[in-house]
Amino acid sequence: MEPGLARARTAAYMPVAAPLLLREKSMTSIISINGLSKTYASGFQALKSINLDIKRGEIFALLGPNGAGKTTLIGVICGIVNPTAGTVTVDGHDIAGDYRAARSLIGLVPQELTTDAFETVWATVSFSRGLFGKPKNPAYIEKILKDLSLWDKKDNKIMTLSGGMKRRVLIAKALSHEPQVLFLDEPTAGVDVELRKDMWQVVRDLRASGVTIILTTHYIEEAEDMADRIGVISKGEIILVENKAELMRKLGKKQLTLHLQKPLDAVPAELAAHNLALADDGNELVFTYDTNAERTGVTALLSDLARLNIRFRDLQTTQSSLEDIFIGLVTDRPAASAGVAP
Amino acid sequence: MNTHAINTHAILAIYKFEMSRTLRTIWQSIVSPVISTSLYFVVFGAAIGSRITEIEGVAYGAFIVPGLIMLMLLTQSTMNASFGIYFPRFTGTIYELLSAPVSSFEIACGYVGAAATKSIILGLIILATSWLFVPLHIAHPFWMLTFLVLTAITFSLFGFIIGIWADGFEQLQIIPLLIITPLTFLGGTFYSTHVLPPFWQTVTLFNPVVYLISGFRWSFFEIADVSPLVSLGMTLVFLCVCLVTIWWIFKTGYRLKK
Repeated sequence: MEPGLARARTAAYMPVAAPLLLREKSMTSIISINGLSKTYASGFQALKSINLDIKRGEIFALLGPNGAGKTTLIGVICGIVNPTAGTVTVDGHDIAGDYRAARSLIGLVPQELTTDAFETVWATVSFSRGLFGKPKNPAYIEKILKDLSLWDKKDNKIMTLSGGMKRRVLIAKALSHEPQVLFLDEPTAGVDVELRKDMWQVVRDLRASGVTIILTTHYIEEAEDMADRIGVISKGEIILVENKAELMRKLGKKQLTLHLQKPLDAVPAELAAHNLALADDGNELVFTYDTNAERTGVTALLSDLARLNIRFRDLQTTQSSLEDIFIGLVTDRPAASAGVAP
Repeated sequence: MNTHAINTHAILAIYKFEMSRTLRTIWQSIVSPVISTSLYFVVFGAAIGSRITEIEGVAYGAFIVPGLIMLMLLTQSTMNASFGIYFPRFTGTIYELLSAPVSSFEIACGYVGAAATKSIILGLIILATSWLFVPLHIAHPFWMLTFLVLTAITFSLFGFIIGIWADGFEQLQIIPLLIITPLTFLGGTFYSTHVLPPFWQTVTLFNPVVYLISGFRWSFFEIADVSPLVSLGMTLVFLCVCLVTIWWIFKTGYRLKK
């Protein structure tokens, strides 16, 4: 990580009245989405009557498989996609009727690395600030570029930058007008570990200064690290909105797979107390447990296996990926179990 | 309701962005049109023109100057403005424009203003260059500038519409190459429409470019194919048609929003 990156960042983003505002409005929602629907000209219904409130100052992670409607939802709120029905307000301003006020509060980091290739970093970030109606403030732009480790690239043309650097440029552009709400659409797709760490540090600092952050991601670890609340969207519907802690408890299931030396016909009666299933024609024994539980039962299972002289060649543990969980959440139970059964 | 004030910062940001693009591509955007127009002067004005008799009392080399400036003004305004708005659509950076607190009027102001500025500068450079080749007299400098500015703005607006309509680089080129250039050539760039047979004179009146060139030429030599007031009126009509189209585009999000 670049030296000094994490230093003294918070203060710069802190609006003067932030503490007061935070105290007064901390319980209110900054974005209210009511009955929002979007049907594309092709007939595809991307959003189906979405109702969602984003609380002021929180980090909200929007999770969902590809094509679930995440980007469309963000697009509608930011003014890139026209809704078919429903309303959205940002800090009380309707996104259609009062779009100027609504949009000036929002910064958007799009999923695609779309940049003005021939522009310099400094020019493109300054352009964004002007576009959002803010007077010049070179000191602030300098601050952002330094925080995002872009300062020494400020005179470089964007097309000469690496993918990760371009992503930083997009973040700098989104922050250039000091937004109150920041949308990060898949910010870490194709981004290396170092940049991810930097980026999350910036996000944390922003949050500390009172900025509300809405991000979409595929990575459960990210949601786990960052978010206060998590919403799951699937096929255009919000199917779950929950506090992270609660959701993590639900999603914390893990599986231990034992590759047996000799196949079993059935799970031995002596092992019935453990949550076991046979797979791969009896060659694998699958143990499902809860990582958050005080006792996972792994030790007991292994000692029972040793006692019964069931030997295994190899073992592996797997945690349900978010994709799996989405499928579990969105697919009907019979269909889901059909997928598991041999 | 939402128009508390005009977002002048945004207009300036877009304008400066577009002007810096012009400077970045100065060979393509300034030098190349000036050279190609100069070639017309050399070939049609000096070489061939010296063998052509005067047209309505004006030396042929001078007669074609307003037409050539118009030819360049129309094609360059259209191409520059269409490219200016098409490129962000093509690369995807249009997302920022759509998500910014700017009105359609402000976006059009920035792009069209920059494209028109560039065309006007080009027009003036070419006018200055033409002095090197032919003796020129401008009878009505005010009206000359008025026609120059109005035409630059109108066709930058037109180009802006093309840039939003186009679905690829080919479509972007088709309108200037296949419509504007032929209409300009047939609109009296190199001849007075009075030399045509009566039937074709009538047909020519359906060519909007005739009015632009005629009015512009009148401001130089006080000779015109149609009354300068009609020319001015038609220019303003085109301007309004383009403005209404742009207003409609942003109202409906045509080709801009999904």
